[in-house]
Amino acid sequence: MLILVTYDVSTETPAGRRRLRQVAKACLNYGQRVQKSVFECKVDQAGLEALQRYLLKIICEEEDSLRIYRLTEPLERNVQEFGKFRAVDFEAPLIV
Amino acid sequence: MRQLLNTLFVTTPNAYLRLEGETLCVEVEREKRLQVPLHHIGSVVAFGDVMLTPAVLRRCAQDGRGVVLLDRNGEFSARIEGPVSGNILLRQAQHDAAGNSLTALGIARACVVGKLRNARQILLRGAREAKNTEDTQSLQQASRLLANQIRKLPEAVDLDAVRGLEGDGARIYFAAIPLLIRANQRQVFNFERRSRRPPLDRFNALISFLYTLLVNDCRSALEGVGLDPQLGFLHAVRPGRPALALDLMEEFRPIIADRLALTLINRGQLTEQNFESRVGGAVYLNEQGRKVVLTAYQQRKQEELTHPLLEQTVAIGLLPHVQARLLARTLRGEMEGYLPFLNR
Repeated sequence: MLILVTYDVSTETPAGRRRLRQVAKACLNYGQRVQKSVFECKVDQAGLEALQRYLLKIICEEEDSLRIYRLTEPLERNVQEFGKFRAVDFEAPLIV
Repeated sequence: MRQLLNTLFVTTPNAYLRLEGETLCVEVEREKRLQVPLHHIGSVVAFGDVMLTPAVLRRCAQDGRGVVLLDRNGEFSARIEGPVSGNILLRQAQHDAAGNSLTALGIARACVVGKLRNARQILLRGAREAKNTEDTQSLQQASRLLANQIRKLPEAVDLDAVRGLEGDGARIYFAAIPLLIRANQRQVFNFERRSRRPPLDRFNALISFLYTLLVNDCRSALEGVGLDPQLGFLHAVRPGRPALALDLMEEFRPIIADRLALTLINRGQLTEQNFESRVGGAVYLNEQGRKVVLTAYQQRKQEELTHPLLEQTVAIGLLPHVQARLLARTLRGEMEGYLPFLNR
């Protein structure tokens, strides 16, 4: 499944900025950054739960916000892409 | 349903692969080209001078993610694998399939269907492009005959019958090949019938050389997915013979090798001077000729086609890898039967 992870992490304190970096890093392990605080991750149920658990451990629920959306298939119809950034489909042929 | 993991192909010289957290980064000249979470990648295939950090190798081995090293031409060099892998099961499945006459027949038939269908495409294209109606008609006639052979394949009850249809099909196809050579080249490339060991004319020398390159690529592709390249279905097992690579190669002969041979001839990129005759009538490409062919072959592999089954564009050079994966899936029972690559 494709999920969308978005977050607002308070950057007012050094601890907040640290959380922000950690959240981004955690998301990268599961997917790709599509916008500044938006990640698309193709995961299975286990992956989703692991990521969610991991993120909840990092963020501070009093100051930050985390939203995880699940996108419905078929993705080609439900996800539209505009502008200069093109997401990589990790399930398409990967050739560098 | 089991998820099919992706294969990362790294073909850029001097690419550098390293781990970053739970992701694999591919850097070229210190610039990050791709960052993929490890959970998407089932194996890594590196062509030529690709650097992999020890951490990448260890992590892949640990997770049972195959790492395959090929040289720049795609020839198999090494495979790095961890202690536990599905490899033995795949090989066992392959051996079981070879022992099961029905499964073996199915795969052998698919290989021949692929070969003849793709050969027929070459003839039909020739018929469309032919300069005179006589050639067009002969090519159309030959492609009708080929279509007949293809139609008979589902009824072939044993391997011998399949091999018979393949042989007849190949004969029809090769008999029509001279019509695909441009008239002003027919004197130099007077191809009559397939001859090998040794090739007796320039066209045979050319396609023999191309087939050698191609069988190497197919062999690498099979080793890459962990199949035993020596145990074939259509081709009988013989010591030292890469029978499965020859099976896999059938569908690619017309579209990769033969088509390229014809292009090189018709464009005048190869001439009489690129060949040499030896005693006993053998004809071979000389060094200059080999260079021309190798360059063209590498370029051809860069071209992209749409894979009808995957509905994705794939570089021609990667087709054997894609098909080897489909073959492995068939042998593991994840696919009902092997589906060859059919051009267009």
